[in-house]
Amino acid sequence: MGDFFLHLLGYVNPYYLQIIVNIGIGIILALGLNVVTGLTGQLSLGHAAFMSIGAFTSAVLTIKIGMPFSINLLLTGFITAAVAALIGLPILRLTGDYLAICTLGFAEIVKVIFLNLEITNKALGLSVPTPNTAIPMPVVVWIVVLLTIVCVTFIHNSRFGRALMAVRGDEIAAEAMGINVTRYKVQSFAIGAFIAGVGGALYAHFMGYINPSDFGFLKSVDILSMVVLGGLGSIAGSVIGASILSAAPEFLRFMANYRMLVYGGLLVCMMIFRPNGLMGGTSFTEMVLRALGRKPRLKIIMEQKNSELTRSGNGDT
Amino acid sequence: MAILELNNVTIRFGGLVAVNDVNLKVEEGTIQALIGPNGAGKSTLFNLITGIYTPTSGSISFKGKAVSGTPTYRIAAAGIGRTFQNIRLFTDLTVLDNVLIGAHSRGKWNLAGALMKLSPWVQKEEGALLDLARECLQMVDLTYRAFELSGNLPYGEQRRLEIARALALKPAIILLDEPAAGMNPQEKSELMAMIKRIRETGVTVFLVEHDMKFVMGISDRIAVLDYGEKIAEGVHEEIRQNPKVIEAYLGKGAADAHA
Amino acid sequence: MFLQQLINGIALGSTYALIALGYTMVYGIITLINFAHGEIFMVGAFVGLFATAILKVNYLVAILIAMVVCMLLGMFIERVAYRPLRKSSRLSALISAIGVSIFLSTLAQMLFGANAKGYPEGVFPVKQITIGSAEISTLQLLIIAISAVLMISLEFIVHKTKIGKAMRATSEDYNTAALMGINVNMVISFTFALGSALAAAGGVLVGLLFNAVSFNMGLMAGLKAFAAAVLGGIGSIPGAMLGGLLLGVTEVAGVASGFSSYRDAIAFAILVLVLLVKPTGLLGRKIQKKV
Repeated sequence: MGDFFLHLLGYVNPYYLQIIVNIGIGIILALGLNVVTGLTGQLSLGHAAFMSIGAFTSAVLTIKIGMPFSINLLLTGFITAAVAALIGLPILRLTGDYLAICTLGFAEIVKVIFLNLEITNKALGLSVPTPNTAIPMPVVVWIVVLLTIVCVTFIHNSRFGRALMAVRGDEIAAEAMGINVTRYKVQSFAIGAFIAGVGGALYAHFMGYINPSDFGFLKSVDILSMVVLGGLGSIAGSVIGASILSAAPEFLRFMANYRMLVYGGLLVCMMIFRPNGLMGGTSFTEMVLRALGRKPRLKIIMEQKNSELTRSGNGDT
Repeated sequence: MAILELNNVTIRFGGLVAVNDVNLKVEEGTIQALIGPNGAGKSTLFNLITGIYTPTSGSISFKGKAVSGTPTYRIAAAGIGRTFQNIRLFTDLTVLDNVLIGAHSRGKWNLAGALMKLSPWVQKEEGALLDLARECLQMVDLTYRAFELSGNLPYGEQRRLEIARALALKPAIILLDEPAAGMNPQEKSELMAMIKRIRETGVTVFLVEHDMKFVMGISDRIAVLDYGEKIAEGVHEEIRQNPKVIEAYLGKGAADAHA
Repeated sequence: MFLQQLINGIALGSTYALIALGYTMVYGIITLINFAHGEIFMVGAFVGLFATAILKVNYLVAILIAMVVCMLLGMFIERVAYRPLRKSSRLSALISAIGVSIFLSTLAQMLFGANAKGYPEGVFPVKQITIGSAEISTLQLLIIAISAVLMISLEFIVHKTKIGKAMRATSEDYNTAALMGINVNMVISFTFALGSALAAAGGVLVGLLFNAVSFNMGLMAGLKAFAAAVLGGIGSIPGAMLGGLLLGVTEVAGVASGFSSYRDAIAFAILVLVLLVKPTGLLGRKIQKKV
């Protein structure tokens, strides 16, 4: 199968291949942040820190132990999630702006630590060998993209996801509904970090070189812009936002220099004119179902049950 | 049997004593009302019962077990549902989702369940929660709104939705904080019928309300709070004629004139 | 040695305090972390640089010019990027503020280049004064003196003038202040103007102190000043001053004891610790959970 993919990729212009992979990694990172900020409503300004923890962890695992890439990816995800949970436990008690600033501070600390650690080669950064996988890297990246979309969609439409949305909506009301707000915040933080860690690992192995300075505040803003552009809380939005912002600088060469300028203006304008993002709160599943001309399953069940009820109600009278 | 018991409950905010040495018993299966002028500490009392505040002194027990000091979410899951004086719905979610969130503690599947969403076990639980949510919506006549955003509902329906959401906890007792506020007479009488229906399903009702007519028409027992202290308790007639209550509501002169 | 480090710390800390005041005042009134505040400080440093280099004015005049320019900038930003969001969620306002910050720093990079620039020589002739074993530069004394004058003026404005009273009322309770006939929009504009002016003065002073002005100086300085504001208790003006000084002294002490490569992490470590141990800061008021 690997040969087949390799053959297929042979036809793709390497330049475009690079863009396609960048888009994939962008989508993964945006989806992770979307769980934390979009779904749970906790603004994180340090998402790049988790990406960097993932990138360096996986790089070290590859370089020092030569761990197989698939296990490496999973382990990296879990390590990143564990770090996030450890950090999240104390700082997620903070609300709103304080939390945002704390995540930013945490990200800066992570950067400074990596810049001073021997094992991450200090400010020089690490060269990462291309992993020896049966399937070529670009395909691996996109498999992970699809898996992430599926998992995040499942999370959205579940008891777990509803609890996260309750936390986003109103913490006091959520507690009064029996939801352990702190626990769900930490879990959401850990999920976001898991996804970011995996994204970072893919980035490290695809790029072949990582430097702590690549994962600074601007990278976090980069990811946040993707989520905000697409619409906080919308999976389809994150996918589209990440695709646009990852591809735009490549296709609009003139934009490369203005990139951050555009992002800045974009964040302000989106908040003022279209706070729900491009996708405006519609969900992926709904879109697909509507395109197929079908109703969501939930709606069908409800309607069925209601009609049963009216029928039995009529029988009584 | 008293399902909810407050023993010498006091809470101070800085120098202010918001609730002072209150003793109160809510009997199982009754509709208990709590009335009192603005700022008497009624909502604070609800916040104490649900664990949002911890009493400075005194204790609260639910079904014979002490709950003061327990986190809010545990108290809720143990079976105390509530609504809020200033409506606190999840306005960006649908009516159905609001009620499903209320049913949170009746489910078990967490992150693992989300990832195994299509497995029969998780599907079964989701189905059960959906049934529960539907029953609760039925109870407050909001089924027809199930897929609308809760923030778009008119005021009276938002109040009812809060009740449905609290019922989804399958609570043993439900605390209603000014459920009739802002409703017209027609809506109020519908609400009264609704609350009676809720009681018939075996749920004890404890409500705070301003509207005397509403309170008198629905409750089995009434307690009166003034400046954080319980000044009276009893059935309708006792309360109506209690000079302290009249004084609290109408001022001293009125109480003398009445006497 | 100790005295010298202390003076170093106080000089650095005064500039943090000047920036922190803007954060704290704005937060006190509209509970927004004005993320763009650090960029206003950066713009102030650039305006001061151009005033001394091109207009050849005295450094005091340069500070004044920078203050006026940044006042207008601060009010403009509030009008364009924050006022339309006053009724939206705080998350939206904060994201908008981050947007403004990114926009301004990128714009500065495009206009003024990526390299740090120094103030022209002789703008402020620095002399060293020896007190005991300590060598103190007149520049440090100037920074401390100007900061002190500005902070005393601020205290005067806030506590002795009519607009100051309106500011305090608005920060106490926004809605009630509006009902009492206070022009809340005007008060908010004024608060942004005051805070921005102080940040601009800080910008020129820091530019002189490190003799370097660059497009990205706002982010780190802004974050540290924010940490100072939180340390002192956000919303509290004396708190911001105290927090700034403490942070400056701690940072200098940290660098002096050999942690210079962790310099930027010190402020954040302090910030995170303070938020966890005493979220209301040293001089902040206790916040009652509203239900």
